[in-house]
Amino acid sequence: MDTVKKGNKQISPGIDWVIVWVYATLVAIGILCIFMVEYKPSINILQSFIAGKTNYSKQLMFSSLCVVMAMFILLADSKLFTAFANLMYTFGIFLMLATFVIGKSINGSKSWIPLGGGFNLQPAEICKIFTSLALAKFLARQETDFTKLRSQIIGGCIALAPAFLSVLQNETGLALVYFSFFIVMYREGLPPGLLIIGFSFGVLVIATLVVEPNILAVVLTIIAGATIYFTRKIRKRNRNLLTIIIVVWALCVGVQRFAVPYIFNNVFQCYQSTRIFSMVGKDYDCSQNKSAMRRVADKEKAAKKPDDYNVRQSKIAIGSGGLIGRGFLKGTQTRGKYVPEQHTDFIFTSIGEAFGLAGCVVFLGLYLFLLLRIINTAEKQRSTFSRVYAYCVACIMFFHIVVNVCMTIGLFPIIGITLPYISYGGSSLLSFTILLFILVRLDADRQMVLR
Amino acid sequence: MSVFNQSRSGIIQIAFGFVFLVIVGQLVNLQVFSAKYKLAAENNAIYRKIIYPDRGIIYDRNNKSILENTIMYDLVVTPIEAKGIDTLSLCELMAIDTVEYKRRIKDIAFKNGSVRPSVFEPLLAPDMYARLNENMYKFPGFVLSERSARSYPYSVAANVLGYIAEVDTSFLRKHKDEGYENGDYAGLTGLERAYEKVLMGRRGVKRFIRDNKSRIQGSFENGAYDTTAVAGKNLHLSLDADLQKLGEKLMNNKVGSIVAIDPRTGGILCMVSAPTYDPNLLTGGMRKKHYGELALDPRLPLINRTVSTKYSPGSTFKTIVGIIGLTEGVINANSRIECRGAYYGCGNGKPKCLEAGDFNFKEGIAHSCNTYFATVYKRILDQPKFGSADSGLRNFNQYASSFGLGHKLGVDVPSEKNGNLPVSSYYRKIFGYNWNSCNIISNSIGQGEVQTTIVQLANVMATIANRGYYYTPHLVDSIEGGDTYGMLDSFKIKHITRDVPDSVFTQVQDGMQAVMEFGTGAAAQVPGIVVCGKTGTVQNAAKVNGVMVKQKDHAFFGAFAPRNNPKIAIAMICENAGFGAESSAPIASLLIEKYLKDSIVEPERKDLAEALAKKNLIPPMMKMAMARMDSIKQAKLILLQQQKEKEEEDSSDEEISIDTTNNTDVSPKPIKRKPIKDSGKKAYTLNNAAILTDERNYYFKKKTIKA
Repeated sequence: MDTVKKGNKQISPGIDWVIVWVYATLVAIGILCIFMVEYKPSINILQSFIAGKTNYSKQLMFSSLCVVMAMFILLADSKLFTAFANLMYTFGIFLMLATFVIGKSINGSKSWIPLGGGFNLQPAEICKIFTSLALAKFLARQETDFTKLRSQIIGGCIALAPAFLSVLQNETGLALVYFSFFIVMYREGLPPGLLIIGFSFGVLVIATLVVEPNILAVVLTIIAGATIYFTRKIRKRNRNLLTIIIVVWALCVGVQRFAVPYIFNNVFQCYQSTRIFSMVGKDYDCSQNKSAMRRVADKEKAAKKPDDYNVRQSKIAIGSGGLIGRGFLKGTQTRGKYVPEQHTDFIFTSIGEAFGLAGCVVFLGLYLFLLLRIINTAEKQRSTFSRVYAYCVACIMFFHIVVNVCMTIGLFPIIGITLPYISYGGSSLLSFTILLFILVRLDADRQMVLR
Repeated sequence: MSVFNQSRSGIIQIAFGFVFLVIVGQLVNLQVFSAKYKLAAENNAIYRKIIYPDRGIIYDRNNKSILENTIMYDLVVTPIEAKGIDTLSLCELMAIDTVEYKRRIKDIAFKNGSVRPSVFEPLLAPDMYARLNENMYKFPGFVLSERSARSYPYSVAANVLGYIAEVDTSFLRKHKDEGYENGDYAGLTGLERAYEKVLMGRRGVKRFIRDNKSRIQGSFENGAYDTTAVAGKNLHLSLDADLQKLGEKLMNNKVGSIVAIDPRTGGILCMVSAPTYDPNLLTGGMRKKHYGELALDPRLPLINRTVSTKYSPGSTFKTIVGIIGLTEGVINANSRIECRGAYYGCGNGKPKCLEAGDFNFKEGIAHSCNTYFATVYKRILDQPKFGSADSGLRNFNQYASSFGLGHKLGVDVPSEKNGNLPVSSYYRKIFGYNWNSCNIISNSIGQGEVQTTIVQLANVMATIANRGYYYTPHLVDSIEGGDTYGMLDSFKIKHITRDVPDSVFTQVQDGMQAVMEFGTGAAAQVPGIVVCGKTGTVQNAAKVNGVMVKQKDHAFFGAFAPRNNPKIAIAMICENAGFGAESSAPIASLLIEKYLKDSIVEPERKDLAEALAKKNLIPPMMKMAMARMDSIKQAKLILLQQQKEKEEEDSSDEEISIDTTNNTDVSPKPIKRKPIKDSGKKAYTLNNAAILTDERNYYFKKKTIKA
């Protein structure tokens, strides 16, 4: 209790100012980027920043709100977070359920709750924080033994429940974020096999898209055959191994031959399939797509712009930056608004165009520095709660950064995932600020044992 | 547990680092090794706007501008901003119906998108511009945008000045490296074409940044790569606009052409090709319609007959025959040749002669005696020194060629024709190797295969006036700011005729003076001025329904004045006008008077001018063709009207009332016929732009008689 009282006197000792400064720098870069995107030569810059009509001035307002929020968190008691973790998680789930009733549909996903005054809240965004806290709380429980399968399943459920709701809200992108909690759980003892299986599955799916089906089937069979040949000595001791290999082989071929085509043609929308195919450089034939066929049957018009328009324009913007970029406010792609959604999901393109490879590397370096700093902070924690929470923060941010950047440079299909602290949007900025400052708060009390 | 899993922290950190490395790898690939993205960005975002300089102005010899630039207005619309306006009142102002309005807006939005400004109605007529300009505030999304257009303040010399029009693909292919683009305008005929290089000036390029919907965002790099436009150079012509105007007036309702040259410089003073048209018809928004009408007119008003039509020069050619005969010494000024009504030198009594008598050279020219010049021609070709008619003809042609005949003179208006001086190889094919002068005797009076253009004929007159030299006839005297392309160099070369003694010219001039005093050209005397001239009457025939039918004679006249120190040489033709003394000669004399005295003062001369201007000498064949065209058109119109009436019966459409009121504003209607609307499009009226009032009455009358 003493430390808390001291903290109240002089805004908490032990705060990692490095993280705070990196945070501040990123937010500033973000506002600058939005300014670049919306800049018109005719305007009075100072006035437009104050007037609050442009997105960059709104972002400035959001960031000052974030400062207030950060102050509150830094002044709060660390125990508060452990105490209310489960409650908040429940509240978050409740909010997500509430969207099905009072939700508002924006850009085709019914995942927003209108707050009035033109502001909308996306519970799935906020829920990342609550889930992090809940997961940390669960793993930090003394009775939790994460080596047990039961605990692992419960942990997985905590992480994936909001994801499940998110998918139901038609917000697949945000749902994927929740898979980043598996990295946290891996750190806390989840068997690596799971991640390896997951990774292999991903490779298989991509291979299915890239390689011609028959060739891939032959390749898989050869691999299976080779495995059987090389494990012949081990197999003598372990008879089951052969069965396992055959089952795995059958599964792989099954996925490759039937599951993937089925999912692409029947589960995904046409545009989703097209985006994924375009990522690996292939064309998707929409006439095979069931939902597309249904739509054609409804005599709806097909979209005019090709579906890879966004990626193409985004790649052009980044590619035209060259080594050192075109210079601040000189990017023609940015000025001409060729990249759709450039102030939110594609904000990275403005950096790429204006500052080139050099700017991108510096910028990504800043991110990587922040991530590694958070992981180091995590390892310094005495309490499991703080450590798990720190990993959650690092992993969520990592996922956001990587997916967002990969999306703009054509390494990942387009899903609506923001770039932390940079993308325009109060919801995103605020939730990432809260996420980070809870960590800073917990880190300031790293000597305490929190449960 | 945490200690056990500590190593996994390292794995996670390495994994993070690895993923970031992959990202950087892709960035290097995109930003450093793929040049295509930079190019794609430029293509995307940089809009090159071509800045068109003002075209050069063309002045006549008295510094009156006869072809200049004016500002016309396009009505431009940005469809997305033009929603919810009072379309009905706009339609009323524009004289279109709302269906048409909607169709155009739809078209524009489809072709050019709805956020970009597009032309709704190009080149508004001045009265429509005035009406719209007052009301523009009512129509947000519509603006009147300026555009430079050509204008002909004197409305003269349409065929000489030419016009500009949008270039087509074949033009672009031909002028690949000159920077023309689709939609550009270029001079297609006349001086506009010949001096296109000078008149067009140099274009400027402005680079703009444009956005994803092609809207301009601002200049690129603050205009660092922009180039400025340089205005076209002005041309100063030797043409006299007033003379040209008078010439065109006198040639009203006639088919033919006039060329007047200043013999001292070769500068063309007037170049009339009749029938002509008001060049302003081919500038405004109605250009296409007018062009269509002109192109279909059977009198071919779009042809420059002064350079593009070849004629047998008729008796005017006798001057050349005479000069060559005198120079070669086959006759002298006192040689008398007797004519008994026809030339019997070849035994067949051809060509015939109008007046019988015994003529010396002067009288021969004055009375245009065919026998005299047939005799001279035969003597020239049959000179013993040549041995054969082949080389005799070659010798003759060398003389004629040095007067500018038989080849292009190099006049600075396009599509000049060669003319024809027949050569022996041509006759060998027809008459065999042993052809003789009798085979081609009709050449002696300018009837056979000899062909000249009117500008060549005028040049012959100028050469005789100059006593043995000429400068290539040309229109452009000087180019403002210097002749950088050397386009005028050829006009400074003095072409000297093949050693013709001065005395020969004196004798020919004596003869030509006699023509005007007591000969065939006596009707064309100019009071107080010594004119030397020569008439010509040329038989011709034309195909009518596949049969060659003899037509009324072409009337030629060539002259220069004053005899001493000549200032004007003129040649002209009135097609199928009959005897030259009734049309060509008096017209030429009026032009000479106008030029030398600056105006026509005496009342009887004025009356003569008016009478000539009113005279209708359109060849009957053309009249027939026009009447036929008109009846076809009328049949079509009647058919259309019947359809329209049927439609009206079928549907109670209220637009009709709007249409009729609008039409009265759009264009002048012929009095006799009701305009018929082609389903909401522009009004079809019978008023043929190129057809002049008398003419219309002519065939309207004919119609009524038939009916």
